[in-house]
Amino acid sequence: MLMLDKALKGSRRYWMWLLCLLCVIVAGLCFYLRQLNQGLGITGLSRDVSWGLYIAQFTFFVGVAASAVMVVLPYYLHREKQFARVTILGEFLAIVSVIMCILFIFVDLGQPSRVLNIILYPSPRSLMFWDMVSLSGYLLLNAIVAFVTLRAEREETPAPRWIKPLAILSIPWAISIHTVTAFLYSGLAGRSFWLTAILAPRFLASAFSSGPALLILLCLALRKLTAYDVGKDAIRKLAVIMTYAMTINVFFVLVEVFTVFYAAIPEHTVHFEYLYLLGGGHNLAPWMWVSAIFAIAALVILFTPAWRRTQLPIACILVFTSLWLEKGLGLIVGGFVPSPLGAIAHYAPSLPEWTIVAGIWSVGAFLITVFYKIVLSVREEVES
Amino acid sequence: MRDRVWIFAGLAFFVAALTCPAWYAVANGKASNKSKPPNLELPANQKECVAPAGTMRAAHMQMLIQWREDVVRHGDRRFVAFNGKVYEKSLTRTCLGCHNKEQFCDRCHAYSGVSDPYCWNCHNDPQTVAGSRTRSTP
Amino acid sequence: MKITRKDFLRISGLSLLAAGCKRAAESVSQPASSVRAASTQPVRWGMVIDLSKCREKDGCNACIHACNAAHNIPQIANHAHEVKWIWTEPDATVFPSAQTDFAPQTVTETKVPLLCNHCANPPCTRVCPTQATWKRDDGIVMMDWHRCIGCRYCVAACPYGSRSFNFEDPRPSIESINPDFPTRTKGVVEKCNFCEERLARGLKPACVDACPQRVFTFGNLADPESEPRQLLRERFAVQREPELGTGPSVFYLV
Ligand code: SF4
Ligand code: SF4
Repeated sequence: MLMLDKALKGSRRYWMWLLCLLCVIVAGLCFYLRQLNQGLGITGLSRDVSWGLYIAQFTFFVGVAASAVMVVLPYYLHREKQFARVTILGEFLAIVSVIMCILFIFVDLGQPSRVLNIILYPSPRSLMFWDMVSLSGYLLLNAIVAFVTLRAEREETPAPRWIKPLAILSIPWAISIHTVTAFLYSGLAGRSFWLTAILAPRFLASAFSSGPALLILLCLALRKLTAYDVGKDAIRKLAVIMTYAMTINVFFVLVEVFTVFYAAIPEHTVHFEYLYLLGGGHNLAPWMWVSAIFAIAALVILFTPAWRRTQLPIACILVFTSLWLEKGLGLIVGGFVPSPLGAIAHYAPSLPEWTIVAGIWSVGAFLITVFYKIVLSVREEVES
Repeated sequence: MRDRVWIFAGLAFFVAALTCPAWYAVANGKASNKSKPPNLELPANQKECVAPAGTMRAAHMQMLIQWREDVVRHGDRRFVAFNGKVYEKSLTRTCLGCHNKEQFCDRCHAYSGVSDPYCWNCHNDPQTVAGSRTRSTP
Repeated sequence: MKITRKDFLRISGLSLLAAGCKRAAESVSQPASSVRAASTQPVRWGMVIDLSKCREKDGCNACIHACNAAHNIPQIANHAHEVKWIWTEPDATVFPSAQTDFAPQTVTETKVPLLCNHCANPPCTRVCPTQATWKRDDGIVMMDWHRCIGCRYCVAACPYGSRSFNFEDPRPSIESINPDFPTRTKGVVEKCNFCEERLARGLKPACVDACPQRVFTFGNLADPESEPRQLLRERFAVQREPELGTGPSVFYLV
């Protein structure tokens, strides 16, 4: 079913790469065991900033997972043939992202051994319950669709008919995972930074640009490293999607900034000031500006016809980094500082925290390598 | 057939990993004293527990969990025992009011290989912490 | 009977699913909260804090010490990991929206005791994914430290900063342990419980009894004749950020 045998035959380079990733995973695991033993005190978190890098990374990767819809939708709904070779890559990227999300949540728990309490005492009033339902459902849907179509491909038979409805179901489902994730934050009365209806749309816009950016980079890497080419058309289409989504995202941010600063209610402005005021000794502010500058630079490249094609990888890197900083760091921390009592607590992830995050990233890279290896081997076999 | 050595090495490793707890116990000499049951000290001042000894031996964990649910989640602290006596549902006040943790609970738990249940991460043994302060009576 | 591998997998999958559904149905249909005798009058525990009396004895903190001793609150040196049930903050911090321009420092900087408000409509219990924190029928917002998974969603949801997370094992930081009350373990969230364990024995909360100025008036807000209700009839009181719709059960006489 999983065709794992395909992942066991590879070049030296392939095995070295996996070995390197394994080393980082082990390093992360060691720090995680320490965290398990000593408690979350070894992270940079505090009474005031009680969620940090882990949850922010979770949020970011829910977005990457949801963005698979940007290849599934054109392919299954509009029969865009250009996406034939990239759709399955997008689906596997979604699978891996959801797994990473689950790991990020898991390492954030203070009592991970009790995690099943979420299922034993289901609480439909909690958004976290719905997040669990939607994420696991999405994982299942994508896993079924990806593996069944791949298997059909290997056997050179058409994919079973019931796959299409499942793939189409995964489209609204993808929207739902990121909407529910936004609702986790935007439904909290005391946190004015998140208390905005635009949070969910903003999450979706940033997801649909950071996801395709990563997918393009992965496709380009595959073309460099292997003989597999998803085709120019697919990449161009993805770049268009990314450009639109990024533009919309920047627009949403500006809308938010206008509302907050024109109304000038201190409760709302303080968070933006904390994140963007340079020289105030706020350690995140320089990074938020890097994010903003990268976003603008990316848009400049993407809108200039001469650069659009030649500089695409750079644009993708800029988009990805910009959104990673904005959503994978600032968006969560900014909601906690200042605290409801007005305290400014500085948060900087600690070394163990970074290592654990790197470990989870490596799990992601490991899995994506193995999955792509399987896909490529199957396709090679069929084509030869 | 070149793989044979790998297959058997893998199998051997698997079996070794599966049985390692047993080897560990043997190496530590734990398995050998299985034969002699622990010497449990019974409370001097009481003849009767909240349930017959057999029930307590077999099901004290279920009872403690039931008490826990009743007290924490339902605010119900009254326990009517099998013989009609009324007790407070409390590990520290009722159980440890008579029993000595070290000479009773711990000994049997160590013997059964379930030492240090996580109850004690939070709940206290009045006899070991009482020295630090006189008991407050809330 | 012959069963193929496919059938076997199908049957076992289905039975697992059925078992899961049954479990889920059971837990959903379980009565959510307590079985407190339904016949008695409605109870909503609440507290009125008389700040004018508190001001008279500056720097007293008897209430805080009493609570710390009764509930094994660790005294953690690192501010980031602090655990607090009742503590004090400057007036301007506790009532940010009740400040007037040009108020003298003596007012904005007076220390005000604060604790969990035991909200009538608590956002913290709404978000908890395991019902480890929930509102009892008598209005007390309880914590079940056996069930909490330490996700800290409730910490994010509480608009009053009332909740503390155990970033480390609290025991080494507890001066002397009160054996009658559990300590907590690392990885769970805690907060004021309105001395639920004392109420069960017919006592008032520890802070109420400890205060030499009798600043705290504790009682049943659902009973119009109760002491706190009488006070609230006679004097002007405020709650912390009532505009959030949480319905705090702790009132301040200013
Ligand atoms: S004050 Fe905070 S912790 Fe207490 S009940 Fe209200 S929301 Fe919950
Ligand atoms: S930290 Fe504990 S009490 Fe708070 S929401 Fe999570 S499980 Fe519930």
